[in-house]
Amino acid sequence: MPDVNITIDGKKVTAPAGTLLIEACKSVGIEVPSFCYYPNLSLQGACRMCLVKIEKMPKLQTACTTVITEGMAVSTDTPEIHQARKGMVELLLGNHPLDCPVCDAGGECELQDMTFSYGAAESRYIEPKHHREEQQWSPVVYFDRPRCILCYRCVRVCGEGMDVWALGVQNRGVSSIIAPNQEDHLECEECGMCIDICPVGALTSGAYRYKTRPWEMNHVGTPCTHCADGCKTTLGVRRSDTGMEIVRGDNRDKSGINGDFLCIKGRYAFDFVDSAERITRPLIRKDGQLTPASWEEAFQLVGRNFRETLERHGGQAIGVFGSNRTTNEENYLLQKFARVVLQTNNIDHHRTADFPALAAALAGKSGRTASMRDVYSAPAILLIGSDPTEQHPLLAWQIRNNVRLHRARLYVVNSQSIKLRRQATLFAQVPESGGEAAFIDFLAGNAAHAGENAAQLQDLRDKVRAEPELVVIFGSELRGESIARLVNALPQAKFVSLGDYANSRGAADMGLYPDLLPGYLPLDKGSSFAADWGTLPTLPGLNFLQMSESAKAGQLKALYVVGANPINRFKVDPFAFSIVRIADAMGFEVHKLVPFRRGEPADMGQSRGAQSGEADRHAVWLEAHGLEPKMSPFDPMAIFDEIQRLVPGYEVARLNLMAGNDQHTEFSGLGALQDPGLIVPANDGLFTSGTLGRYSKVLNSVSENQHRTEQTEVAAD
Amino acid sequence: MADLVSHPDEIKIVSRRFGQGATKLDRYLELDGYKALQKALSMQPDDIINTVKNSGLRGRGGAGFNTGMKWSFVPKQSPKPKYILCNGDESEPGTCKDRLIFEHDPHAVIEGVVIAGLAVGSTQGYIYIRGEYRYLSEIMQKAIADAYARGFLGQNIFGSGRDFEVYWHGGAGAYEVGEESALMESLEGKRGIPRIRPPFPAVVGLWGGPTVINNAETLASVPHILLGGAEWFANLGTPKNGGTRLFCLSGNLERPGVYELVVLDDTACIVKFALRTMKFYQHESCGWCIPCREGTDWLKKTLIRFHSGGGLMKDIDNMYYLSENMLGRTFCPLGDAAAMPMMAFIKKFRQEFEDHLEGRPCACEGAAVEQLPVMAD
Amino acid sequence: MRFSDQFEQRFSEMLTHYPTKRSVLVPTLLYAQDETGFLSDEVIAEIAGRLELSELDVRNVISYYSMLTTKRRGKFNVQVCTNIACMLRGGEELFEHCEKKLGIGHKGTTLDGAFSLEEVECIGGCSWAPAVQVNYDFHENLTPEKMDRVLADYRNRLHE
Repeated sequence: MPDVNITIDGKKVTAPAGTLLIEACKSVGIEVPSFCYYPNLSLQGACRMCLVKIEKMPKLQTACTTVITEGMAVSTDTPEIHQARKGMVELLLGNHPLDCPVCDAGGECELQDMTFSYGAAESRYIEPKHHREEQQWSPVVYFDRPRCILCYRCVRVCGEGMDVWALGVQNRGVSSIIAPNQEDHLECEECGMCIDICPVGALTSGAYRYKTRPWEMNHVGTPCTHCADGCKTTLGVRRSDTGMEIVRGDNRDKSGINGDFLCIKGRYAFDFVDSAERITRPLIRKDGQLTPASWEEAFQLVGRNFRETLERHGGQAIGVFGSNRTTNEENYLLQKFARVVLQTNNIDHHRTADFPALAAALAGKSGRTASMRDVYSAPAILLIGSDPTEQHPLLAWQIRNNVRLHRARLYVVNSQSIKLRRQATLFAQVPESGGEAAFIDFLAGNAAHAGENAAQLQDLRDKVRAEPELVVIFGSELRGESIARLVNALPQAKFVSLGDYANSRGAADMGLYPDLLPGYLPLDKGSSFAADWGTLPTLPGLNFLQMSESAKAGQLKALYVVGANPINRFKVDPFAFSIVRIADAMGFEVHKLVPFRRGEPADMGQSRGAQSGEADRHAVWLEAHGLEPKMSPFDPMAIFDEIQRLVPGYEVARLNLMAGNDQHTEFSGLGALQDPGLIVPANDGLFTSGTLGRYSKVLNSVSENQHRTEQTEVAAD
Repeated sequence: MADLVSHPDEIKIVSRRFGQGATKLDRYLELDGYKALQKALSMQPDDIINTVKNSGLRGRGGAGFNTGMKWSFVPKQSPKPKYILCNGDESEPGTCKDRLIFEHDPHAVIEGVVIAGLAVGSTQGYIYIRGEYRYLSEIMQKAIADAYARGFLGQNIFGSGRDFEVYWHGGAGAYEVGEESALMESLEGKRGIPRIRPPFPAVVGLWGGPTVINNAETLASVPHILLGGAEWFANLGTPKNGGTRLFCLSGNLERPGVYELVVLDDTACIVKFALRTMKFYQHESCGWCIPCREGTDWLKKTLIRFHSGGGLMKDIDNMYYLSENMLGRTFCPLGDAAAMPMMAFIKKFRQEFEDHLEGRPCACEGAAVEQLPVMAD
Repeated sequence: MRFSDQFEQRFSEMLTHYPTKRSVLVPTLLYAQDETGFLSDEVIAEIAGRLELSELDVRNVISYYSMLTTKRRGKFNVQVCTNIACMLRGGEELFEHCEKKLGIGHKGTTLDGAFSLEEVECIGGCSWAPAVQVNYDFHENLTPEKMDRVLADYRNRLHE
């Protein structure tokens, strides 16, 4: 777009044609206040705070609805403007309860800030304020009605941003009020975006309200531990009796790849960390009973057993199962421990996507994977399988908003009528179990479609092929050969393979495979690792199902499980492992490995901070048991050095990463075809998150509250 | 239904068929009905627009914009259908002129709509009538059906090869819907919240298509202009405002009727008058923007107290200050419509407000005439 | 949910008048209310379903328009205009008279369900003030005495 030159408060400003005046002001550091204006949501012109003076216009104009035009001369701070804004604040305060001392938003309130800026301190009105009782709309959403200033941000973010449309405006005039879809309560995706976007304390969160004053918190940015979308959540932490307590999750500084987006899990489901049932001490089975023990005792036991097993039966008698929720460094260290110390390739993890197949399909090609940012900007997207709204909320947000704001074309191929079809240019429903893979055969070939909705699929194939820039996103429905065919069928496209857990991709990248080293290198291509680590086991390892068989046959003698729940996931007979009694020190999965309490599965999460201590403990342990050679370094930074040195695809801008920014990594290894049966989708929905979710009070309370009956589909506006 | 009045000095143009039985199509035809439309069918669109422009016809809804000019803003080519929308949501207090047009001369409105359609290249028109006027909706629906039956509407009107569809649409009680963009929202089945402008309806209107919105009286004037000529019509009015217009006279009068203006005499209490006026705007504010939603409510609340004897001296200045803060700063003209009379009341009748404070009876001296600001066309 | 044949005919015809389904919403709600007296949850669900709208959306629209109601009203809804023109010619007194006569206040309904009373804004009867609408019928140039006759007429109609 051509640039337009305007003058703001005497400053010459150049901005692309089509820019809103309020944004042009922002671009040169002139803040024009607003309540209702919110970037990327529809324009309202309702709060009248952004009034500015534009030369030749008789009245003050709203900067939020004015598109800049060549030669426009604007004043943003004259006495008239100041008075207009002060007048608006006064009018709002007329009915707004001044309960700031007990309001959650106190200290983080845009109305407070505006009152501070425009000095509307005097109250001119003596009539009583309109009062209405507070309402609880859901376990996590409370609405304090008198505090609402009707900026309609919540209504828009819910409708336009989330495509949920659960909020509306009821009544008119001074009786106007934000209303939830079920008259007195909400049935929605519980993302909390409405609370997050509320400029005042009208919408508050059940998880946070009345817990703290905002200034009592410290803020820690961290990746969300739930799905694989990689949102950043800023945890508000506060000192408490038991140390530090997490009281809030949000991303108000928009510093993550998710911008201001978070789903219910990222916003509230950090509470599993405080579960009373969380195992925080090692447990050792003594006389048939799991008994709390000291770390030293546990390490000694584990170290001794590993060494004995190794000496008596060799590395093939030991299995290692890694985690989709620990860091790259931890997983790297784990597979290195397996291969170097335990001398085994018997290492696996819960696979939710066929990353090795994509790595193989893309071998020798660069620039063929897409990032979460690309999904927001690509002119066209083909989504095959998966239900991002449920399983990848950020991805769904990016797709929706790309369609809404950039008019991207979305093509959806799915066996279910997933919600994202509402944004789709073309939606093709394919048969269940195998429909998506069959579609790839059709897409890759030139044959006419014989089955149902042939014309539609034909049309879709033509359109997708004709897209010059295309991002293809696929779920676990596509595995193995299908992925290779897909990549070859669309030579112009960039690909995204959807894993299900926070670090599914990292677990795969870091070589938690019996036949692949980090970077998807087959065992016989591991010379660089061998040069660094010394001798590596050459015998291909056992995958988890094979380990189970081996345990049954009495050959596998020990299994080391880190942060996972394989018995549950793979539905293998837990008694196959009855002789195997070694669990991760932090207690992931002991319940399932060893029937415990009610015999329910109960894998426990842990914060990343705790995990970085893990490596130190390993160090002590390894040293004590002579299992140490070549395992150092243990410092996460140093491990990352080693990863960057040895693992293909990790030549990333390190400073960017350390600054907490997102960093795209490519597949550079060779990959290898995997047994598709080992891929077991997590099938988590919006309100579940595997074991972590089962120990989140918020997720449980929301699940219990939901009557997730089939909602009638409604028009999107 | 509504009684008719007339005055010897009246020049009857829009009202010339009132009381003549023109709701019946045959009678309408006898009274030169649909002649203008047939004439328009033989004219070039630009000629129609120029005729209306030169006649000096201005919007009769309130904003008073030159009608032909408004039509000329509609793009010639449009990928989306163009629409004609007749604003018959007449809800302005003291206004009941459209009611008479619908009641006595519904075909004139239809004819005006079709002519507007021919002028801007639209083939579809809607006549929006406020929900309270149910009996007028029935009259209008009958008139539309009759016109269809004769081939004056629908396909190939008057055998011209041109098509035009006219539909009736009913409201359900909302003054704000008289604002043209709120009217479109309402017709689209939504809350009557005005739209952000630009874009203007002539470019992006109903369902995103270019739309001409005119008041019922404006459209009913159009056939007369086409038949009588632009010059004739222009000469009837002031240099910039051609033609005649209906005035609805009401209030304390000997003979109220449709001429115009609300008239107060010296028995009216200005505080009470102000209160009733603000009560109306408070009730009808759509609530979209802060100054109108909150401002009208505070004015009403303060005036209730003030009127009932609990007023304070500072209330008078506060009400003026508040109105000043609304004026020119609201999302649509409704806020101005509330603020302007309030400021005028205080400016012109401050003494009466002060008298109220002292508990004396209202000293209403002389008849005061207030012209209320009106909504956009 | 059953509406009259006339409603159904009108509804399906109206649907052909607009490019979007929801455009028929406002008049449809009013016609539905004419038949059912008020817009019950059932009516809202029915209309929302037919027009592929959420019930929330329909409720939001209903609550915007002053003629639409979700509360049961009397058979005859007496709407007394007290806006300026009517006020100046006795509209407020007329309203008070109706309050006394019917024994109900603004937005009240008589126990027998016969009458509801409402103080309304301008109904376009300014030149024939004071004006009252009972349901859709205009009664103009009223006095308390004339109003009594109007109410009596409607009361008689109850038994028709």
